[in-house]
Amino acid sequence: MKLLRSLFPWILLAVALFILPIILDDFRLNLFGRYFSLAITALAIDLIWGYTGLLSLGQGIFFALGGYAVAMYLMLNTPSEAGGNGIPKFFENYGVAELPFFWQPFWSPVVTLIALWLIPAIIAGLVGYLIFRNRIKGVYFSIITQAALMVFYHFFNGQQKLINGTNGLKTSTTELFGQLVGSPSLQEWLYRLTVVLLPVAFLICRYFTSGRFGDALIAIRDDELRLRFTGYNPVPFKTIVFIVAGALCGISGALYTVQSGIVSPQYMTISMSIEMVIWVAVGGRGTLIGPIIGAVLVNYLRSLVSEALPEMWLFVQGALFIFVVVLMPDGIYGWFKNGGFSRLLAAFGFATKTATYPQLDQDPGVLEEMSSTSGTKKL
Amino acid sequence: MELFFSQLLDGLSIGSVLLLAATGLAIVFGLMGVINLAHGEFLMLGAYVTFVVQGIFKPMGGILFELYFPIALVASFVVTALVGALLERTLIRQLYGRPLETLLATWGVSLVLIQLVRSVSTAMLIGILVAIALGWFAAKMLRTRFEEKLFLPYIVGLSWIGSSLIGIAFASWLSNIRPLASAWFGPRNIDVTAPKWLQGSWGKIAGIELPGIRIFIILLSAILLLATFWFLNKSVWGLRMRAVTQNRQMSNCLGIPTDKVDCITFALGSGLAGVAGAAITLLGSVGPNLGAAYIVSCFMVIVLGGVGNLLGTVLASFLLGIIQSVIGSGSLLIVFPNLPGSVKGFVEFFATTSMSLVLVFIFIIAFLQFRPNGMFPQKGRSVEN
Repeated sequence: MKLLRSLFPWILLAVALFILPIILDDFRLNLFGRYFSLAITALAIDLIWGYTGLLSLGQGIFFALGGYAVAMYLMLNTPSEAGGNGIPKFFENYGVAELPFFWQPFWSPVVTLIALWLIPAIIAGLVGYLIFRNRIKGVYFSIITQAALMVFYHFFNGQQKLINGTNGLKTSTTELFGQLVGSPSLQEWLYRLTVVLLPVAFLICRYFTSGRFGDALIAIRDDELRLRFTGYNPVPFKTIVFIVAGALCGISGALYTVQSGIVSPQYMTISMSIEMVIWVAVGGRGTLIGPIIGAVLVNYLRSLVSEALPEMWLFVQGALFIFVVVLMPDGIYGWFKNGGFSRLLAAFGFATKTATYPQLDQDPGVLEEMSSTSGTKKL
Repeated sequence: MELFFSQLLDGLSIGSVLLLAATGLAIVFGLMGVINLAHGEFLMLGAYVTFVVQGIFKPMGGILFELYFPIALVASFVVTALVGALLERTLIRQLYGRPLETLLATWGVSLVLIQLVRSVSTAMLIGILVAIALGWFAAKMLRTRFEEKLFLPYIVGLSWIGSSLIGIAFASWLSNIRPLASAWFGPRNIDVTAPKWLQGSWGKIAGIELPGIRIFIILLSAILLLATFWFLNKSVWGLRMRAVTQNRQMSNCLGIPTDKVDCITFALGSGLAGVAGAAITLLGSVGPNLGAAYIVSCFMVIVLGGVGNLLGTVLASFLLGIIQSVIGSGSLLIVFPNLPGSVKGFVEFFATTSMSLVLVFIFIIAFLQFRPNGMFPQKGRSVEN
């Protein structure tokens, strides 16, 4: 049993890596690839909300920045996308002759691979530090991050000349290793990449939430004032964890972009960022498995509902928000973990029998043990 | 210069709509520490109530139609206040002391409201009513039948799910009847015609036209703000509200019914948003997504102005309204054509509505570095401040 338990994650990983690509068709596999990349975002939000108590409604910023970084790299390195000046065609539409300076580094794959997490991390650090050092927290923090999100959204929407504005950057028609990014074979590899990176993100989050650092995070969530009075400065902890979450969101956004085929300011809408939070809430915040379950489950539900009754999705989503927050604050995983299921069974009369005091006392084995330890142990 | 002043007037009128909406939000936030993300949807509800009232008055024509707008203002206040009170009674009070969760739950409410306005039809309304009635009776029956049984909450939940399914089925069956199935408003934008006395100009001051609608909005918000100010400072319930805002536990001990105060405050805040929504209909066509456009600006007003002080809210909303309309419209460039190159480039870069928001946000973040609690922080002795 113990062996099975320790092997379980590996079995899950193997199933996701090798079995799912065989049994699912290209379209469904691509969908699952997207869900798994969104699960990385969910992990990041769990890190800052579930563990540190910072409800950021602006993770979409970092998500989209990662997506834009990788999309621009693909655009620049695809011959068929290039216009007259050797730069992507859309620039011509706005009369831009030269590649804007901040896009120059994105010719190089190495720089792109670093930038897609480093840029979100830097911005997260900057915004986070400026907010945290003023001891802004709770709801205030949430609405400031939401305002920041709105600002980035308007900026990206309004700058046609620099980033193609509302249209966003399309990646499905670009090429990588001489293959179309939208082609099934490459998508399968991107799926595998996502499946490998998800556990990596999980381990990163586990590293940050365990040990003294993790304890400090939980202390910030539960009673920040007390932590401060004990002599800790919460600002660096919060900033670091916000940076890590930003970087993870960047990676997640990059993975999502190459699999969905486009990055646009739509990734920075208010609704998208709040939705990310609900994945964590549904799965179970304050645990690391929960967000992954939540992200996959909610997005799968979304696909199902949107395919059948598109106008019902907002109702379902709204109801989900209210239901989870009011009746299931610990999420699905937390509900199981806290014995919610056995309580449900017990309510209907299927209680698992537990040893209670008088029965324990009469148990011959216990009696024997009690006499042998000569009463030093109390039951 | 004329253009500049008319832009300033625009800014003031947008600022006063923001002010109405933000005042409601700020009072609720100050009192309960709760941010209502559905506040923008209350604006939207107010706008749609105005649309409905207009629809009722239109066939009457003549002088009665000219008078519909004041009635619409009252109606939108009352309806949104009632919806707000309902929301507080059913949902917000369940989440007392959990502000972040309240934020998420109210977002869920806002999603439901948006979709409700988009797709509400007579059939759907009947379906919802049937579901609620069935669920109510089923829950009541189960409560008396299985009193104090452990499985009661689970089966009550199941009965609610069952009755909503019946409601959905009933609604979709009713949808076969043509006149019941058509959506009342639909997803498209709606237009409200302003009565004649609001259209056009209300005279001139120093050669500058005074557009009636803008002046009316500014006056309206000034009057409502004064009324709110009077209510908070002179009325009994206002006194109780201020007491609860300052120290909830102590007020409770002294016999102030804090739950009633919460409910009234929430209703008042929502009602103000409803009136703001009615005012917005004068500025252009409105749609189900109206709330999203205003809500973030309202948040910025709250962050900038701080809570617990109406003056801060007033200053902050006018500041934001004016920055947005003066810089965002690019009228600075027309008024001052001879700006030096670098300044000109800077102003040009931010001379769109969306880019002026960027500027406002940078300004707010910079401002918070000096005064993290807004312009007029509440004085108190708690460590939190």
